[in-house]
Amino acid sequence: MTLDSIPNNVTARISSVDVRGAHGLRLMEMGLVPGAPVRLVKAAPLGDPIQICIHNYHLALRRTEASAIEVTINS
Amino acid sequence: MSAVLNTLSLPEHVPLSVPRTARPLTVIVAGNPNAGKTSLFNSLTGLRQKVANYPGVTVESKSGNWFISGNGPTVRLVDLPGLYSLDATSLDEKIASEILLDGSATKADAIIVVADATNLIRNLYLAMQLIETGRPIVLALTMVDLAERAKLKIDLAKLSDELGVPVVPIVAKQRRGLKQLGQAVLDVALRGAQPSIDVKANRDSSPQNNHSRLIQRYARIERIVSDAVETRTEDGPDISERIDRFVTHKFLGPVILLLVMLLVFQAIFSWASLPMTLIDHLFSGLGNVVRANLPPGVFTDLLTDGIIAGVGGVIAFLPQILLLFLFISLLEDSGYMARAAFLMDRLMRAVGLHGKAFVPLLSSFACAVPGIMGTRTIESPKDRIATIMIAPFMSCSARLPVYTLIIAAFFSGKTVLGVVSLGAVIILTMYLLGIAVAIVVASILKRTILNAPTPPFVMEMPPYRLPNFGNVAQALLTRSTVFLKRAGTVILAISILLWALMAFPRSSAPQSKTAEGAVQIENSFAGRAGRLIEPAIKPLGFDWKIGIGLISSFAARETIISTLSIVYNVGEGADNKSASLVDTLRNARRADGTPIWTPLTGVSLMIFFLLACQCMSTVAVVRRETNSWRWPLFMMGYMLVLAYVASLVTFQGGRLLGFA
Repeated sequence: MTLDSIPNNVTARISSVDVRGAHGLRLMEMGLVPGAPVRLVKAAPLGDPIQICIHNYHLALRRTEASAIEVTINS
Repeated sequence: MSAVLNTLSLPEHVPLSVPRTARPLTVIVAGNPNAGKTSLFNSLTGLRQKVANYPGVTVESKSGNWFISGNGPTVRLVDLPGLYSLDATSLDEKIASEILLDGSATKADAIIVVADATNLIRNLYLAMQLIETGRPIVLALTMVDLAERAKLKIDLAKLSDELGVPVVPIVAKQRRGLKQLGQAVLDVALRGAQPSIDVKANRDSSPQNNHSRLIQRYARIERIVSDAVETRTEDGPDISERIDRFVTHKFLGPVILLLVMLLVFQAIFSWASLPMTLIDHLFSGLGNVVRANLPPGVFTDLLTDGIIAGVGGVIAFLPQILLLFLFISLLEDSGYMARAAFLMDRLMRAVGLHGKAFVPLLSSFACAVPGIMGTRTIESPKDRIATIMIAPFMSCSARLPVYTLIIAAFFSGKTVLGVVSLGAVIILTMYLLGIAVAIVVASILKRTILNAPTPPFVMEMPPYRLPNFGNVAQALLTRSTVFLKRAGTVILAISILLWALMAFPRSSAPQSKTAEGAVQIENSFAGRAGRLIEPAIKPLGFDWKIGIGLISSFAARETIISTLSIVYNVGEGADNKSASLVDTLRNARRADGTPIWTPLTGVSLMIFFLLACQCMSTVAVVRRETNSWRWPLFMMGYMLVLAYVASLVTFQGGRLLGFA
């Protein structure tokens, strides 16, 4: 499951980040590292970008970027 | 009691142990965007700041003197643009990281890394990178008051121990912790650099190595933070998230954005008009005094018509520019700008641009110059150029006098559907037309010469905060100084040049006072140029007199009004609403008795002014921001072609449709 497809206000844990794209490293620098808990806050009015909460701060990113991040939902 | 409180309650009059060094020290302030860097910088330097360019690059740097204590060394404090990581992506970040990593350009004796205590993990990432380089570092912990309120307990001693650098909590606004920060900075500056950690690995910048170092760094940070910080348990969404329920709401969000934009425009256009008139009167009064007290001649003309009128005309825009910057810094400081970019990104992407381009484009409605400077936050160079190239299509405030004149002359007193004034509809149409052209041009540029893969949109949504009014005032002060400096140099030179073009060669024919001006201008270089280009602009509905106006307005659009007043013999001090200029335009006739100015001529002229790049300041700032003449020349060229074609189509098409 990728970060762009989890439901709103559900906390998931990052399992891996695809860093082949130029911005994968950027996402990791912003704290999206494996193991970190992440919550999808909401999507913008037109469905994209999305707002997430990571390490207690909020970050906006597009769905294409979010799809590079694999997550697992805590059960 | 928490460690944070203990340290902060230290009495501020503790004597500092001041090292005996005569050498002035250089200290850099670095940190993530929104970490409170500017507040700290302002508290430490007060008004003793100056703005200069970094050596070799075209980005402004702020520096100021910090008096740590009466008998200590002089400290030059340098403020860097905010950055998240030393592996930079945007231009702002690249410059900041180059300065931090390159010892030679700005030799720093110490670096203050500013970190937001409420967002410690991500803020420590940059700190960790810098600590690894072994440079002398002090970590300044900001927002500790907010951290206390959020029930975060930070063990400062432990944090400092594990990071290996001094940690000083500060509340910049209340000046808490500033002395301790000074002491810590002096201590590390004198101790000098430490051997950097893991130098070999740092030099190896292969992606795999970057990747694994990144993960190690975050693992270390998370361990340190879980040791040193006691976090409260999450209790639902914070206040910012609650505000966002409205501000980025599906339906309310766009409505609020529209209202905010309307408020800003309303303020820029109506609140600024009184101070603008005052400045205008001040300069025309000054011109009259000079003229009355000096013997008539070329020198007096240069002083009054060239310098005082030219520079005064530009300084009259200072109130609008200040109001715009006031709103931009309020919106930026409060955190709203990021929400605007969040709302607009999807639409901006449709033209191949980035949500972050929305803010500079919005600014360009007041003035393209600050808008173009605001594009530095855009990561992709090609996107940045595309944004710069379309910024001048946003109808800036300098077009407004031109629109107002045409509307007063040809469309006043008319209404649409009985209620809305035709003038308002025309102005709105011009704005929308500018946006439409910008969209088309951006799409074309992004598909052709500026074609590049879609850049990532990764943007922090900072928590809402009350703007720090000290910071806002400081920003306005800096802005006005920069603007006035420009008015005193570049704009002064252009004013003199334009005056000379209209004043030479001198006509000797004795004439009445007003007619003298008209004859003079007709025979001047500018007048001859107007006649020269008349065949080219005739299909647009313009005669040679308008041609002179077009030439003179190349430097600044609003100049056309004073030029037209001179060419059409209207008395001194005519402004855009003066009845005489309006009447003169309505009554101007060709030799065969047909009117020169028709409503269609007016519309054609407005469209030309909307699309042509008639602004020396814009050209100069594009040259500075792109570091080449290629882009400003390209911009002037394509905008001129576009303006010409659009005016041609308007005028000829209008005539075919039977409009006069």
